[in-house]
This record gives sequence, C-alpha cells and structure tokens, in this order.
Amino acid sequence: MTEAATATIPVPSDYKSNVKPVWCPGCGDFGVLNAMAKAMARLGLRPEELAVVSGIGCSSRIPAYTACYGFHGVHGRALPTGTGLKLARPDLTVIVTGGDGDGYSIGGNHFLHACRRNVDLTYIVMDNRVYGMTKGQPSPTTETHWTSKLAPLGTGINEFHPMAIALAAGANFVARGFTGDPNGLADIIVQAIETPGFSFIEVLSPCITFRPEQKDWKKTVRHGNLSSTADLALAARQIFSDDGMNLGVLYAGARPPYRPPIGRGRVAAADLAAEFRI
Amino acid sequence: MPHPTDIADNTSPGAAQRSSLSVALVGSGGAGVMTAGNILLEAAATAGYYALMTRSSGPQIRGGEAAAMIRIATHPVECMDDRFHVLAGVDWENVHRFAAEISLAPDGVIVGDPGRGEAPLVFSRSGAAFEPLPLARIAKEISGGRANMVLLGYLAALLGLPEDALRQATASLLGKRPAALEASLVALAAGREAAPAAARLVLEPALAGPAARWLVTGNEATGLGAIVGGVRFVAAYPITPATELLEWLSPALASVGGVLVQAEDELASINMIIGSSFGGVPALTATSGPGLALMTESLGLAVAAEIPLVVVDVMRVGPSTGIPTKSEQGDLNIALCGLHGDAPHLVLAPNGVADCLQTAQWAVALAEALQAPAIVLADQFLGQARAVVDSPRDPRLYGKRLCAAVGSKDYQRYELTADGVSAMAIPGTVGAAYTADGLEHSERGTPSSQAADHVAQLGKRRRKLELHDYGALWADIEGAGEFAVVTFGSSTGPVREALARLPGHIPPIRLVSLRLLAPLPRDRLSEALAGVHKLLVIEQNESGQLFHYLRGVADLPPESSSLRKPGGQQFNPGEIAQHLIEWSGT
Repeated sequence: MTEAATATIPVPSDYKSNVKPVWCPGCGDFGVLNAMAKAMARLGLRPEELAVVSGIGCSSRIPAYTACYGFHGVHGRALPTGTGLKLARPDLTVIVTGGDGDGYSIGGNHFLHACRRNVDLTYIVMDNRVYGMTKGQPSPTTETHWTSKLAPLGTGINEFHPMAIALAAGANFVARGFTGDPNGLADIIVQAIETPGFSFIEVLSPCITFRPEQKDWKKTVRHGNLSSTADLALAARQIFSDDGMNLGVLYAGARPPYRPPIGRGRVAAADLAAEFRI
Repeated sequence: MPHPTDIADNTSPGAAQRSSLSVALVGSGGAGVMTAGNILLEAAATAGYYALMTRSSGPQIRGGEAAAMIRIATHPVECMDDRFHVLAGVDWENVHRFAAEISLAPDGVIVGDPGRGEAPLVFSRSGAAFEPLPLARIAKEISGGRANMVLLGYLAALLGLPEDALRQATASLLGKRPAALEASLVALAAGREAAPAAARLVLEPALAGPAARWLVTGNEATGLGAIVGGVRFVAAYPITPATELLEWLSPALASVGGVLVQAEDELASINMIIGSSFGGVPALTATSGPGLALMTESLGLAVAAEIPLVVVDVMRVGPSTGIPTKSEQGDLNIALCGLHGDAPHLVLAPNGVADCLQTAQWAVALAEALQAPAIVLADQFLGQARAVVDSPRDPRLYGKRLCAAVGSKDYQRYELTADGVSAMAIPGTVGAAYTADGLEHSERGTPSSQAADHVAQLGKRRRKLELHDYGALWADIEGAGEFAVVTFGSSTGPVREALARLPGHIPPIRLVSLRLLAPLPRDRLSEALAGVHKLLVIEQNESGQLFHYLRGVADLPPESSSLRKPGGQQFNPGEIAQHLIEWSGT
C-alpha cells in the first residue's frame, strides 16, 4: 500500500497482502482474515502500526496474508513473541493469532501466563478442534469421542475449556466469535483491540476438510447470546452453563495492563560502571 | 625436573613476603563467613591489591556450611592458587565437605577457636600449624561483637593488610547499620590485637594504589557489557548460576530505560526476546545449560528469520540438573551444534571476569551487525567470582543494525546481498511491512518450498557470518615458539598462570585463548599456529569438546593432544604446569 492510500479512508483490502493463502477452499480462516481486515479498517490504524504474530498451524499462516508487519514463529510460542514485541514497542498494536493446538496444547503454559500478565495484546484463536496441517489429529478442544487414525477410539480425555481458563487466569476481555459472521467477528475484534490489557477471542473456525460436520456450526451458533459483564462471577456462571455455541463478549474487565516503562532512562549506560569502581 | 609447586612464583616456603596469599574462611550458616569474606576482598582492593573471591556452600537452601575462598596478590589473578595458606574457621561444622576445594599448603596456618575443637583431620594433616584464637571469648567481651569480625581482624593483621583499608571496607559494607558497624570495628581491633606481632605469611606491599580498578563479578560485567552494547530488553527465567546476572540487570535496565521481564519458562524467554528484537529493540536472555537446551528450537528460528539476539549461558556442571553450583565447560557442543538444520550462528566465550564485559558487548555488536543469534558461553566460575581487576578498557563496540529506510522501493527483507546482510525493516517503517518467517522464504520473505530459495537463503546466512571481519578480538594470542596451547573461557586463567610460572624451565609455549568459537576464523587460527609442531588443547569437560571441534574444522599440527578435566573443580595452575612440563618433554 502506498502513502497516498493511507491518507484516504482505509478499506479492508488495504490490510491484505497479495500472498495466496495455503488454506483449503471453504476454510473458516478466510473469514477470520476478512474480519481482521474489516476491524483494522474500522480502527483506522495504518498497516505498519500493526503487527500480527503467530505460531505454527493452518491458522498461523495468517500474518503473511495481511499487509501488516508479521511474525510467523515456532509452534506454540506466538504469545511470548507477541509479548516481547508489545513490551519493547508499546506504540504498536499487536495481534497474536493461531489455532487450538498451537495455543492450548504446545503453547498452553504461555496462554495461562499471557492471561495472567495482562499485556495489552489481542489473542485470536481459530478453533477447529483438530490439527489440520498434520492432517487430522485430535487437539485439546476435540470432543472426547471423535475418532481419528491417531486415536481410533477417541481421545477419552475431556475437552479443554479455553474461555473458562482465560477467565480464571486473568484475561481482561474474553469473547467468542464465529468466522461465518465476519461483521460480528470484526465488531468483537475492534472491541478487543480497544480494551486495554489481554483480550482473548475464541473463534469457531470450521475445518471442512477434516471436520466436515463443522459446516453445521452456521446453524447451531447463537448470535449475541453471551452477555458482556465486568463481574467475574457472573461471567464464570455463564461460561460454565454454555455449550460452546453462544457468541458474543463474555467478560470485559478493567484490570490495568502490565506495562513496564521502556525508553525513559535517567542514567547513561556507561555510568552504570560507577558502582564497580574502587 | 622441577616440581611446579617449587617453581610457583609465590608459594616457596619460608619466603618473608609473598606476592600472592590465599585464604579460606569457613563456618556454618549464619556465622558470617560471606560478610567477612566480602570485607576482606574489599579491604584488599582498597589497599591496592588484586584479588579474587569464590564461594562454596552446602546443598541446603539456607543455613548450610559456607566457604569464602579469597586470593590476594600484587599482580592480576584470574584463578585460585594451587593451595591455600590460611584456613580460618569461625567453627568447623561440616566444613570437612570442602576438603576437595581447600588444599592447604604444608607451611600454612589453621586459625580457629580452641573451644570449637580441632580443625577436621583432612585439613590438619597437611602439616599446617594450628593457631588458637579464642573467638567466642573475645567476641563476648564486646557489646554486639561477633566471632567472624574478630577472626577477620586477626586475618588482616596476619596477612599484613593495613588497618585503614580494613576499617574503610567494613564501613563501606556495613555503613547502613551503624550499631553493627561500631561493634564490628571494635571486634576487628580486638582480633588484630590477638594476632602475632611477626607473622610468617605476609603479603608484599601492593605495587600501586587502587586507582583505576574495579571490584566486580563476571555476571555483573556481562550485564554491563550487554547494556553498554545496546541491550534494552531482557526476558529470562531464574536459573543458577545465571540468576545474579538477571538480578543485576533488572534495576540497571530500568535506570537506562530498558526492561527485564521474568518469563514463565525458557521457551518464553527466548521468544520474548525474539519479539523485542523483531520490534527493533536489542535483546538478551541469560540462562544455564538446561535453559539453553530448551531454547535451541527458537535459536533456529532466529537464524532463519535473521533476528539479532544474545543468549548468555552461564555454564554449570551437566548434563541434566548436574551440579548447579559448580562450573564446567560442557555446553560447548550444544552451543556449537545444538541447532537443527544448517544454522550458522555466533558462539563467543569470555576468558576472564573482566573480559565478560568486553565479550558480552562484542556479542551484542556482532548479533546486531550480522542479524544473527549469538551464544555467549560464560560459566559459574567466571560468573560468580568477584574480582579486583584493572578497569576494563571500553571496546567501543555497539549494536548497529542495518535498517530499511522509510519508503524503500520494492523492499525485500531477505535480499541476496554480496555480504549476506540485508536491511531489516523495523515495524512502523512505512512501505516496508513484511512477515518474518521461520519457514524458508524468498528474498521478499514469502514462504517458499523451492529448493532454489533454500539454497540461496542458506548461502546468504552462511556468507554474512563468514565474510565479516572479526578483527583481533577473536582470540588472545600470547608468546611464541613451536609449542602451543589452545584454550577458552575460564580455563584461560590457570593456563596463563601456569605458563607464567614456567619460563626458563621448558621451551617457549604460545597461548591461544579463543574468544570467538563460531564461526571459527580458521585462517587466523592457522596464522596464529604457524610454525607450531605440537599443540595442546585445554578445557574443563570430560569429553574434550573443544579438542574434537578443532580437529573437525581446523588444520591442527599432527601432534595435537588434549588436556581436560571434568567440571566440579577448577583447574589450578600447578596441575597445568605439571602437565606442560611432561607434555613439552623436558
């Protein structure tokens, strides 16, 4: 995009690159890319003021499809990378993206601590309840009885509950969106970015290749069924009586973000040597 | 053939004055051994001596037996001596556990309270004379008096340290607690009074005043070098023996406008600093072997995505948890070869306490200039040793990154330039947005599975390290002759001292102490070893990691051999001197 274009009213296409996604036709992640671009345009941020950071997996390919600064790192470590970037460069708007395997399995510990640390980031997890890039293994959010080559009898393990975990661990904003509703999702993303602190968005993003039954999500989701609250107890009650298909903002708190000062020194580096002189 | 202890520069029995004396202060937890040790060290510094202190303690988190081992000399010291001249015990509780670390000279002295019984046999059988000092009785007569301070006053007198220097050092360390200071000064005087008028073990007068000297640990020097080099972001997870480096960095960074973040684990540490550096803020993490092992996947990412960063590994005995409080040069292999794929990166090693500053600063400068990760191999000895050193020279090395300009035309992040270094766009730069990627990529940064792109980018990443001019800092080269010793890191101190003890006894031996281990400047090493017929590689690990590495990548003389010793106990100069005499065939 050119300088001249930024001077005009931004449009979603300003935020997309011309790199062709590797995703399967019909993949839910296209909708997330569209929703992100819409949200960025609505916020009126310049692409170079935005950074999109990801780990590994189908959805983690998203940074290169944006026109923003992007970072496509190693599996499971998108949150630390985004955290380091945001702490070092508080002037940037940092969006961390990824999938359920990347965020809840290999990166699970970072998820807990990112919620707890409450750095001003927006974390968008495209949850399709399967490892797509490695062709169909169960993830932490896969239903217990879903069978696959790797787990022919199902996992026999209870599903992970990301929104409950996020609440308990201290995320300041918790919401669920659906990729089939890019406008609604864009609204949530805008709100997440505008809310200081760590914002977590679970996005139902079907994998039509390995979980074709997820095509039905467009019929089963309930728009606006979650009611936003700043009361943690109410939010917890709501999320524990939820079947995973209710959409909207669950919790928007007012916890101050972790923002250690950077760039405001009062001492010259060389003067630090004074304490060692005899 | 001379025995190395006979040719040592200062341990010859009977000398009226010594150029170097070593003292071990021991006692149970809470006895104040470390306080006394620190004051003694600072007093030596104030009096114009060079000195070095290491510490050892039992496995208990708190309250275990402790030893402060201090060497005071008229010349710079980078290692402990072969033997201790004085063993001073506040008490003898469990101190036999330090027997392997504290070898007493036969003409040495054991000082202790007769009321506490005799010193353990492992010490007294050295032949050292026992000097009774009724610590408890003297201390009891002083209001608030403590045995450790009485012992310290006695020791300072024994060694010939000026009273003023001791008082000044005590005031400097205890000045914030006036009551303790007052009682301590009285106790010091009482201890001094109890010392023999004509001591056998006295230091030669210091040659110069303490002007232009520092009292610093290797960990502190590393931290300072990093900040002066340009680091403003550190993320790390606590681990012995790197923790003090982080604890020094935390307030120091804050004061210069930087930040230290305690990460949830080492995987987070390394990726946080990758994020910071991608954002344009030079970054570092510090860890030890187990943490480095966790970081290696992401070091591969930093190589592929060309992210400058520094990882300091304060090495300890491995593998696994090993011995966290003891030193070993055992992480060389993982630092050199632990990354997956063909992943050219930098590996450096400081070779002294003060050199930690220069090496860390250089590592930042190299990482930034070459947009590559640099691993700095310090170790527990260098990191935790506190030393009086000559003021380190400022190497004037600062991180300087080639950045893309605003409005770069047709910007390509991974452009195939002649020297392999391509301009890095810092987020915020208009017109240069790109995605940094661990996936192989085209020049533009777009993911690519084409072999041609892989070959081109591999070549770029190798070329930028190989073509760089590393200057003279790659190694310290001393001496001449047809024999040579190659070493690195904390082994350099005892090797250097062994060589200094030997002139006239054996043929001249060259010393090459490598500061840059990867990429190894092979041509410069060949030059440094020109005319050498016989080579010895000395290192502190069991398997000879440096020896095998050099055999693999460098042209060594046919007669090359290895001297190695596992970690847990540092080399001393005497054992190296002994080996050099045998090895050089005289």
